[in-house]
Amino acid sequence: MTNTKRMKEDILRMSGVNPRKCMKCGKCSGTCPNYDEMEYHPHQFVSMVEEGRLEPLLASKSLYTCLSCMACIERCPRGVEPAKLIEAVRLLKERQKDGNHLTANDIPARIDDDMPQQAIVTAFRKYTK
Amino acid sequence: MQRIGVFVCHCGTNIAGTVNVEAVSDALRKEPGVVFSTNYQYMCSQAGQDIIKNAIAEYKLTGIVVCSCSPRMHEATFRKTAASAGINPYMVEIANIREQCSWVHKDTLTGTEKAIILGRAAIAKVNLNAPLTPGQTPVTKRALVIGGGIAGIQTALDIADAGFPVDIVEKKPTIGGKMAQLDKTFPTLDCAACILTPKMVDVAQNEKIRIFSYSEVTEVHGFVGNFDVTIKKKARYVREDICTGCGACTEKCPQKKIPNEFNLGMDTRRAIYIPFAQAVPKVATIDPDHCNMLKNGKCGVCSKVCTAGAIDYNAKDEFLTEKYGAIVVATGFNPIPMDKFDEFAYSQSKDVITSLEFERLMNAAGPTGGKLLRPSDGEHPHTLVFVQCVGSRCEACAEKGKEYCSKICCMYTAKHAMLTRDKYPDTEVYVFYIDVRTPGKNFDEFYRRAVEEYGVHYIKGMVGKVSPEGNKLKVQASDLIENRQIHIDADLVVLAAAIEPDKSARPLATMLTASMDTNDFFTEAHPKLRPVESPTAGVFLSGACQGPKDIPETVAQAGAAASKVIGLLCKDQLTGNPCVAHPDEMMCSGCSNCEKVCPYGAITYVDKEFRMPDRTTKVRRVAQVNEAVCQGCGCCTVACMSGAMDLKGFKNEQIFAEVDAICR
Ligand SMILES: Cc1cc2nc3c(=O)[nH]c(=O)nc-3n(C[C@H](O)[C@H](O)[C@H](O)COP(=O)(O)OP(=O)(O)OC[C@H]3O[C@@H](n4cnc5c(N)ncnc54)[C@H](O)[C@@H]3O)c2cc1C
Ligand code: SF4
Ligand code: SF4
Ligand code: SF4
Ligand code: SF4
Ligand code: SF4
Repeated sequence: MTNTKRMKEDILRMSGVNPRKCMKCGKCSGTCPNYDEMEYHPHQFVSMVEEGRLEPLLASKSLYTCLSCMACIERCPRGVEPAKLIEAVRLLKERQKDGNHLTANDIPARIDDDMPQQAIVTAFRKYTK
Repeated sequence: MQRIGVFVCHCGTNIAGTVNVEAVSDALRKEPGVVFSTNYQYMCSQAGQDIIKNAIAEYKLTGIVVCSCSPRMHEATFRKTAASAGINPYMVEIANIREQCSWVHKDTLTGTEKAIILGRAAIAKVNLNAPLTPGQTPVTKRALVIGGGIAGIQTALDIADAGFPVDIVEKKPTIGGKMAQLDKTFPTLDCAACILTPKMVDVAQNEKIRIFSYSEVTEVHGFVGNFDVTIKKKARYVREDICTGCGACTEKCPQKKIPNEFNLGMDTRRAIYIPFAQAVPKVATIDPDHCNMLKNGKCGVCSKVCTAGAIDYNAKDEFLTEKYGAIVVATGFNPIPMDKFDEFAYSQSKDVITSLEFERLMNAAGPTGGKLLRPSDGEHPHTLVFVQCVGSRCEACAEKGKEYCSKICCMYTAKHAMLTRDKYPDTEVYVFYIDVRTPGKNFDEFYRRAVEEYGVHYIKGMVGKVSPEGNKLKVQASDLIENRQIHIDADLVVLAAAIEPDKSARPLATMLTASMDTNDFFTEAHPKLRPVESPTAGVFLSGACQGPKDIPETVAQAGAAASKVIGLLCKDQLTGNPCVAHPDEMMCSGCSNCEKVCPYGAITYVDKEFRMPDRTTKVRRVAQVNEAVCQGCGCCTVACMSGAMDLKGFKNEQIFAEVDAICR
């Protein structure tokens, strides 16, 4: 099995998403509140994972700009759940060697008074293994 | 002892591919009663049938076993073959070695073994078969059409044209259905009323057609050729035979604020009303939920102004029972409710409307007199957004949407977009689509005209969100071709809502014992070869009750259903099914168990005098089956505790013999 194939299977297993159910309607991307901040949009994640074009996704900042608001999941007429797929691609990235984007030492410099505690917890969840 | 011939079919490679047909015919030759056994490439072909006929003559056969496809395919064929060679058609049995054997097995060894076992069972049964003669029943030469939309109207006109009387039962006060609410119709853009209302008048004037409007079917008994149907005529509080349709009452009634369902609640009507000017029958109806007189006895205005004296506040629902030979279901469809699709803000804003509401807004007889005005403020809209597939093709929203494509909305949306641009060149019109589905004569050309001649902006993508802000509707959507999200400030948003069968269809199907699919569309007897018949004999299907359809398709199906009905009503007698229940009177204890389970009411009891072994006589109560009514379902044979009830052609001993042969 090629590396891409294995990664794709991992993503599908982790997310539980079947991208073949997508009918390419674009409602997820029509719904997405952070569309303009994303290089690849939810419908593209679905189609690119299905086609095995994982490298551009793994390298994209879209993994971190997705708000995990789940709007795309809520609205998808076919029950595809794009956000779960995005989350799985992100996890795959984090779990790779040197996948940590944040260490405890980085925190003090970044903290500001207005930032809710929750944001730090979330950031750890998103940016570290 | 029977003299049985066995004929094993190859069905090309369908059977022979997985079953060793030679081995099957060889093995079956050794079965008791078998005097001849052979196999052939296509038993159903003329040459195959000749093999059977010749064998009957040569070997003096009394019974036939054909090992072939399902009896649903060719039992009738082989029965005819046998009859033409002089043996009773009910001496033929089919062993289904295709659907139940070769198609489900991959391995020749198991396939062959099973084919032999199935053949053995059929032979065991034929050994106990007896010749049967079907009875004849007369046909009531009158048809019932349930639903008075364009489907029901066309079916009724065609049946009447062939000289048979037809009754239409329509639950609304007028016939016409959805087509009466449409403005112009694709792909030719002729006005719906101009082509529909003449047909409605034809129905009203046709001597062969009776219209029961504001009526419903409440009970159905009987069977093909002989249905007994109870029709409830709801009290309309206006005498249909006297009312002239002048409308004086509808102008004077003080109850003015009732949402007008014909205009989908976009304007109001009175408590006494005529749905629209060309209604058939053109008589007034009182809405009992809103009439002061009926609610609290205070008013009576309409009765005072009615010079014809047609008002009758004491009217009651009437029930009548009529006989029919055939029933056509034409109950049509409705758009699904939009209130659960929060993302499109249908319930939040009056300016988010459905396509059917749009039809009324564009119609000269509609709430705005045909001017396209925003329902909220009566302003002329400049930017319009049409959203296709709302609630259709929606697998994940079973509780509010439908999994299927509604088929008509791509075309009517193109129509709406085009008409808007034609009438109001100052508008910008956007259509959001997933696919544009235009298979149909002149359909794609029609859609392309909307784009090329009328400059409608077709955008591939779905609307994700509509949010009312001030007097605008903020539309957020994706544009997949340009890979961007777009935002439009719209004045009017039109939703192409999915369509579903009428809610009354399900209980009606139960009454008719007609089957439906999981979406409540009526199922046809065969999806390709019998598209206008239901699997229940004598019940036919017309229009959108069978599946989403546009008007041309509806009318074509309506005509096809009519021709099937005419074919049935032309017959004086129907040949029944001889496989009916028959009680052994000596064993029957008169317990009434069978009567209780018979779904067709075929069983009664008589007191009969019997001679006892000791030469005395005794009067006993025993079951009797009306062979014309019995459908051979077999329920009674199972319920009978004394084992007195048996089904001809499927006697208990025959079934046991088959089981024994299989287990041998
Ligand atoms: C917005 C919109 C635009 C359209 N535009 C076009 C167009 O431009 N061109 C085109 O070809 N098609 C168009 N169509 C499709 C067209 O409306 C249908 O093809 C057609 O109306 C189907 O006719 P029908 O008689 O089967 O159903 P219906 O029109 O629904 O008629 C069914 C009738 O049966 C009655 N009924 C239901 N249940 C019962 C019951 N239990 N007992 C008694 N009566 C009952 C109903 O009251 C109704 O009168 C459009 C549809 C919509 C929604
Ligand atoms: S979960 Fe992510 S991709 Fe989905 S709508 Fe929200 S931000 Fe967009
Ligand atoms: S909303 Fe669902 S079906 Fe439509 S493009 Fe997105 S993932 Fe595919
Ligand atoms: S009696 Fe009823 S229907 Fe007649 S005018 Fe009064 S409120 Fe209207
Ligand atoms: S006909 Fe067109 S708009 Fe209607 S459900 Fe099918 S694809 Fe969607
Ligand atoms: S087989 Fe028995 S239960 Fe069935 S219809 Fe005939 S009499 Fe009634």
